[in-house]
Amino acid sequence: MPDLLIELFSEEIPARMQTRAAADLKKLVTDGLVEAGLTYASAGAFSTPRRLALSVEGLLAESPDTVEERKGPKVGAPEKALEGFLRGAGVSKDDLEIRDDKKGQVYYATIKKPGRPAAEIIAEVLEATIRKFPWPKSMRWGAGSLKWVRPLHSILCVLSDEAGATVVPLEVDGIAAGDETRGHRFMAPDAIKVTSFDDYVVKLKAAKVVLSAEERAEHIWADATNAAFAQGLEVVEDKGLLAEVAGLVEWPVVLMGDIAEDFLELPPEVLQTSMKEHQKFFSVRDPKSGGIVKFVTVANRETADNGATILAGNQKVLFARLSDAKFFWENDLRVAKSDISQWTKALENVTFHNKLGSQTARIERIAQLAREIAPVVGADADQAEQAARVAKADLSSEMVYEFPELQGLMGRYYAEAAGLPKAVAAACEAHYSPLGPSDTVPTEPVSVAVAMADKLDTLTGFWAIDEKPTGSKDPFALRRAALGVIRLVLENDVRINLAGANAFEPAFAAVNAAVAEASEQEVSEVNANLLSFFHDRLKTYLKDQGIRFDVIDACLAMPGNDDLSLLVKRATALSDFLKTDDGENLLQGFKRAANILAQAEEKDGVEYSYGADVKYAETDEERALFAALDAAEKDIAPAMEKEDFVAAMGAMASLRAPIDAFFEAVQVNADSQVVRRNRLNLLSRIRTLCLSVADLSKVES
Amino acid sequence: MTSVLSQERNTPRSFQEIILRLQAYWAEKGCAVMQPYDMEVGAGTFHPATTLRSLGSKAWAAAYVQPSRRPTDGRYGENPNRLQHYYQYQVLIKPSPPELQELYLGSLEAIGINMDMHDIRFVEDDWESPTLGAWGLGWEVWCDGMEVSQFTYFQQVGGHDCQPVSGELTYGLERLAMYVLGVDHVMDMPYNDPDAPIALTYGDVFRQTEQEYSRWNFDVANTDNLLQHFLDAEAECKAILEQEAVDPKTGKRIIMAHPAYDQAIKASHLFNLLDARGVISVTERQAYIGRVRALSKACADAFVQTEAGGWAAE
Repeated sequence: MPDLLIELFSEEIPARMQTRAAADLKKLVTDGLVEAGLTYASAGAFSTPRRLALSVEGLLAESPDTVEERKGPKVGAPEKALEGFLRGAGVSKDDLEIRDDKKGQVYYATIKKPGRPAAEIIAEVLEATIRKFPWPKSMRWGAGSLKWVRPLHSILCVLSDEAGATVVPLEVDGIAAGDETRGHRFMAPDAIKVTSFDDYVVKLKAAKVVLSAEERAEHIWADATNAAFAQGLEVVEDKGLLAEVAGLVEWPVVLMGDIAEDFLELPPEVLQTSMKEHQKFFSVRDPKSGGIVKFVTVANRETADNGATILAGNQKVLFARLSDAKFFWENDLRVAKSDISQWTKALENVTFHNKLGSQTARIERIAQLAREIAPVVGADADQAEQAARVAKADLSSEMVYEFPELQGLMGRYYAEAAGLPKAVAAACEAHYSPLGPSDTVPTEPVSVAVAMADKLDTLTGFWAIDEKPTGSKDPFALRRAALGVIRLVLENDVRINLAGANAFEPAFAAVNAAVAEASEQEVSEVNANLLSFFHDRLKTYLKDQGIRFDVIDACLAMPGNDDLSLLVKRATALSDFLKTDDGENLLQGFKRAANILAQAEEKDGVEYSYGADVKYAETDEERALFAALDAAEKDIAPAMEKEDFVAAMGAMASLRAPIDAFFEAVQVNADSQVVRRNRLNLLSRIRTLCLSVADLSKVES
Repeated sequence: MTSVLSQERNTPRSFQEIILRLQAYWAEKGCAVMQPYDMEVGAGTFHPATTLRSLGSKAWAAAYVQPSRRPTDGRYGENPNRLQHYYQYQVLIKPSPPELQELYLGSLEAIGINMDMHDIRFVEDDWESPTLGAWGLGWEVWCDGMEVSQFTYFQQVGGHDCQPVSGELTYGLERLAMYVLGVDHVMDMPYNDPDAPIALTYGDVFRQTEQEYSRWNFDVANTDNLLQHFLDAEAECKAILEQEAVDPKTGKRIIMAHPAYDQAIKASHLFNLLDARGVISVTERQAYIGRVRALSKACADAFVQTEAGGWAAE
């Protein structure tokens, strides 16, 4: 069985696109081959900065013959219908067969398709793949109209078996497939003829190209860590950077260099970010001091001087970059120490959103809101307000202007330099968190207050101007903000009524004052709408933790549902309870009782809610249920008072056996109206008691 | 720090020698060596030899030095590599030849960069000019971690698809020369041959102007006047393009794409000056950029109606 080797050789492919492109090449080609009947044993895809390669092994030499039977129009159907059918099936009328069907005589066509040689199919599939390749961004070049990520120079497409290798004839916009590629751009630029995948890998390596990105990454990491280890240092791990660097070189050569003494006092994050963003250097740390002391760069070639010239050049560039960073750092420190509040004032000129005003106006709102939230989360209100006022100051700093990804972190350094309290400085960094589902949640009370205020101001602001997320569109990341609040509340066990006086109410009041639009009526509506958005996010969040939607609905129907901690406590207890045998059966008993009651209430036009009396009980089972309800009520009420849902549900569980026994032995619709009413009122006690814990009618059985 | 190149043969000795070598190299490769455009621009791309000539179907090959002004980058001549006035070397070839990367690498060798000793990399960098309504894909070219050029395949200019596509190379001359000559501060760089009877450094030529323009750009330029000039240029550009294609005096079809484009260039530079004076707020900024882009687009629309833009009489 033949093997196939494909290589698409181009000018430098952006590093971030290579892995995905190799996978796409594999998928598109192998899917196309299989669809055409050409199955294979295995396939692998590879990428370097200048090439995408695909190896398919154990391919069929030709696709199998196929026979398809197709049902046509009835005999005697209009001529047009028959013509259409013949055209579609690609046969003539003489080829048709007439068969008896239930409804009469019908034409049948048998379409035979002979198998096709692999090369023919490959040529079609590869051309289609190249033409519709899903690059995130593609371009034209020269006078042509073909699109590729950067100019495509050659196509290698070789089929090989025991008999030898042949080029698959194929041409795409003037680029004819061949059996040649090229080695390293500088170290081995000549053409190389290849006959198979193994031959290709070996010859490329000899021509200073490591085909596998993984192999390049492993090589880089091994050499870098070894070089660092030899000097008692360690490389700061950065998988994203490693993958990127592996995509920038075909022949990785690791070089380790020094960071000039002058820069070692910069915060390690600044060194790391500057070296990574601008130079794609790895940081090398001294494990004793924790400081960044050296860097590792990865060159794309060997040189006669073992990289000395390259390293000297890189060092020089780094020197200039870090001089900039140091300049920013020192200037910023000067400002922070003299009066950090001037940075916040400068944000007056920065628009947050044209309907919601400037950053400064927003900071003012967050500061007020942080005060409201502070007592609820155990923070000092003055500190929370102070932290909110300074938390975004670093946006005006030169360092953050240069490295936006350092926002927050620089805020902490500068707040510390300004001599602000530790909790305030910490909040500068932490108040952006959590940024995503995996980001850590702040726990320090001042940070929690500011983080919540920041997010609640964003949410109420965009709700007030009616810029809610729709479908997949969420340009202001409001879902993330809501999830952030949810996690802040739950993971810190914060007890706050979101819709109320410490959260939505003051937040809406402040943004509405800024927008000067919404009326009273609208405010309550918008408030309710935002709460239900929170509930939707919470449902998704809890579903990931194994709590079903209907269970959450049962808890949402209870009072105080804007207290998310309470809500989750209840939902968790209910979810656990329903997983037990008692829980499941009690739910059945409750549903049965509720159904019987509902029917009776509808029929009688009254609500049975009060007055069950044990003296009208006729059976032991009935009396036992009275006793059980008395006991459960006694336990549930205080448990609910303490929000001990587990205990309340445990008490509910004790009703299971008496309820089961009652339904087993007792006919509710007794002949005696007195007995019947008494029994219905008894069922009503079950209903009321259960509903006091959670709205079980919402739970699906 | 001494030059990392000083041990190598063939190393140029001055800023001007690097420029002369680039001129000779690209002339030899068949480019029309043009002169700088005689207006204030922010980058070599603004030269009509690039912006306008990248439009339409006609083949084109040009290379030139373009003095470029970025008022906000002024540092009174003190920063080692930031200047409010600097030089770009610009090459534009349409259609982009298949061996453009090799041609480019040849130009680096021509200025003394030994390919056997250095690490040259093409690192993704997509180019976009909001004021020109233009974008392209390409790279920034790194030499030992230092960005030495921009390499772009133009896809759209002035809102028009480029067909054929132009390949554009832009060298930041001071930075490149400092690297090649091993100089740490731009003002210390030899401008002419250091052994010439009157040897001049870059600082001898430009330190004073950097100081003067930095002061003017940041603190003195009359913003009311600048704003008025902006409005005038904008109005003039529109007025030019509103004229009938046929000139009533000569009876010839003369669309005035270039005079209109001059006004667009003016507006763009005036905007940069206003920006440096800090009188444009963040929200206004976008609006101004949009206005300049509208002018650039209108000029591009006009140029493709001219002969050099590929228009042919029926």
